Amino acid sequence: MTTRADTRGRDTLGRPPLVLVVPGAVAAALLVVPLVSLVLDTPWGSFLSLLRTQAVLDALRITALASAVTVLACLLLGTPLAWLLARVDFRGRALLRAAVAVPLVLPPVVAGVALVSALGRNGLVGSVLRDTTGVTLPYTTTAVVIAHTFVSMPFYVLSVEGALRASGERYDVVAATLGADRWTTFRRVTLPLAMPGVLAGSVLAWARSLGEFGATITFAGNYPGTTQTMPTLIYQELQSDPEVARTLSMILMVVSVAVLAALRNRWLTTP
Amino acid sequence: MKPKLTLPLALSLVGLVLPLAACGGGDGASGSSDRTITVLGAASLTGTFTDLAAQFEKDHPGVDVKLAFDSSATLAQQAVDGAPADVLATADTETMDSAKSALANAPQDFATNTMVLVTPKDDPAGISRFSDINRSGVTYVACVDTAPCGKVAAALMSDNKVTSKPASLEVDVKSVLAKVTSNEADAGFVYATDAVAAGDQVRTLSIPHATDEITTYPIAPLTQSKESGLAQQFVDLVLSDQGQQALQDAGFGKP
Amino acid sequence: MADHAVSGAGLDADVRVPGRLDARLLAGAGEVVAVIGPNGAGKTTLLRALAGLVPMDGSVTVAGRSWSEPPVLVRDRRVGLVFQDQSLFPHLSALDNVAFGLRARGVARAAADATARSWLARFGMGDLASRRPRELSGGQAQRVAIARALAAEPALLLLDEPFGGLDVGVATTLRVELARHLASYDGVALLVTHDALDALTLADRVLVLDEGRVAQTGTPQEVAARPRTEHVARLVGLNVLREDDVFRSFSPSAVTVSLGQPEGSARHRWRGTVVSAAPHGDAVRILVDAGRELIADVTPAATAELGLVPGREVWLSVKETAVRTYARVPG
Repeated sequence: MTTRADTRGRDTLGRPPLVLVVPGAVAAALLVVPLVSLVLDTPWGSFLSLLRTQAVLDALRITALASAVTVLACLLLGTPLAWLLARVDFRGRALLRAAVAVPLVLPPVVAGVALVSALGRNGLVGSVLRDTTGVTLPYTTTAVVIAHTFVSMPFYVLSVEGALRASGERYDVVAATLGADRWTTFRRVTLPLAMPGVLAGSVLAWARSLGEFGATITFAGNYPGTTQTMPTLIYQELQSDPEVARTLSMILMVVSVAVLAALRNRWLTTP
Repeated sequence: MKPKLTLPLALSLVGLVLPLAACGGGDGASGSSDRTITVLGAASLTGTFTDLAAQFEKDHPGVDVKLAFDSSATLAQQAVDGAPADVLATADTETMDSAKSALANAPQDFATNTMVLVTPKDDPAGISRFSDINRSGVTYVACVDTAPCGKVAAALMSDNKVTSKPASLEVDVKSVLAKVTSNEADAGFVYATDAVAAGDQVRTLSIPHATDEITTYPIAPLTQSKESGLAQQFVDLVLSDQGQQALQDAGFGKP
Repeated sequence: MADHAVSGAGLDADVRVPGRLDARLLAGAGEVVAVIGPNGAGKTTLLRALAGLVPMDGSVTVAGRSWSEPPVLVRDRRVGLVFQDQSLFPHLSALDNVAFGLRARGVARAAADATARSWLARFGMGDLASRRPRELSGGQAQRVAIARALAAEPALLLLDEPFGGLDVGVATTLRVELARHLASYDGVALLVTHDALDALTLADRVLVLDEGRVAQTGTPQEVAARPRTEHVARLVGLNVLREDDVFRSFSPSAVTVSLGQPEGSARHRWRGTVVSAAPHGDAVRILVDAGRELIADVTPAATAELGLVPGREVWLSVKETAVRTYARVPG
């Protein structure tokens, strides 16, 4: 009688082929090594003292505020848009879907230029806004939020739309036969089933917003306390004190890793 | 069993390999050998250095001059980090000093620049004198104070006891100019040369005490240069009568 | 077609889907009608059109209320659908699934849950109320799906091959249970099925669809005894031939298989090649392509003796006395 061999951890399909392992390892190195270098390079001694300077606290505050509001905007505005794109057949839908995807491929500075042409004080909408209410958007914290939302929302919308299209109309139809109107169906069936897409999209949007630089600096400007975000501060410090820049980068990375770790198992992995 | 190398397959393989072989020979310039030098220049040198580079290429057939314009601090950092470049020209001596370890020769001053105030051509905020920027509601921008243009602007703001704060601190002087020409700011602190380059898109006002805060531009070849001869020749061109005339036409002052 | 009593609480439908379906049906309250036919005949289209999921011309009246003039939205029709794959909401418990229709129509949560619980109990699923669909077996899930449809008190219950994906033992048990529940259901139930057993045990009447039209209706016994379509004939295991204005049917066990041309009357004999041979109870049923498809039951010994394998050329014959003839025009 033979004892059953312990096949735990052994690939019953054979060893992974080298032609896949090697490039995979290279990719992993490409992604991991710079992060590890950053960690090793950081002057940890000055970490805490830097964290307490006004400029850093301001930049952190504005970055946190902008990314939080961005996610909120995505949830409240992006979800309905994703639903419309996935569930309602209207003329020009394909065109709208393509337009929503454009900010994804737009270089951030170009996105900033687009925002200026629309919402700058002489912009298409901005000039009307100024003439009627006297309000101008550039150089305000609001502008930072707008810039972040503009570049991040496409990630969210396309993620949720993808989730909605994947689950298909099947359950919507079932709900209708049971007497549910479209709002009830959305609330109790569509949205809960799309939740993995909503959460993944939120994380993507939040991450994109955290690192946003080009559009922000072009549209909102850069002033400590009002419009200066962490990425802008880091870029600025890079010119005068690279050590400070590295420490600030480290701070941003620590915050990001902490959030991702907290979300890791609950929402990002497929069940 | 060995796969048969059919004729179409062989031809496509040859077709794929040929361009790679061609690449080794360097790209496109006329003449015997293709050599390249890279010049790192402060943003305010964009116009003049582009023209001088074209002149250099005419004088030295077979040589390609690549130009990289950015804020002086960024360029100095790149030079120190060993970026593959041959010449460095910054917008102030302090930044050049920070790149000392990368310089092949002592830097030489080749131009000066003074700061001016510009407004959009239709002057929406009605700025007739420099001190008008203190008026409430006026939006003005300057460079961030870690860049040379920002240091000068900050000094001038202090010399003139300016009380109102800028709306935004841009990463380089070109961004400041862009905000003014696009009428997204009422005024901006730029160099005289930028005002000249912008032509009638802007109105220019002089800043009191500007002559106290003159910017001196140094230039030097870099140790990492692989074409030290050419690098020195470019520096010589900038310092020559021809180079000096070009700089002065653009609004620079004498070194 | 025999007239069937249609009370005011029944179904009166004239369903026309251009290119797919043109069917007229009447059913009384409490009736269970089995809808059978080959693939593509339009069975599922019929169900979906009655539910309002497919646009149709014609009219539908259920329990005295018109669903077509003016057209009533899906959600306003009191229709219950049971799908072959159950389509239970994966993110809701069995209880919430069953209660869904009630809560969607405005019933308060507590009352809806209580009703749902009693329905689950009726199906013997009481203690599985908090389970998610993925934690249920196929049979359990189908019970929840049926309970969900019935709990909303539909006027019309539509079941699309409800036992299709289940294994035989489970399907048998469920069939018996469903028969019981349908007996106490007072709306009209339409059951699409490929299984003759479903039709025979559950239905009061059978509706045969072929190429989008009603080919035959009648009680299960009538339809099984005198099939008017090849599909039903195949389903009940009979040979049926159409000739001018009559049908001639004969059982496969009445067919004689021989290798040489048989003696006697030339009236009912055919020559063809064996297509397949498979055990059928104690006999072997062979399918022969003789210009038309015919089935014959042969003893295993004869199968071996005659060498009845696919490709074999054989003669089939049947005695006149074994042939049943009935009118083609539906009576």
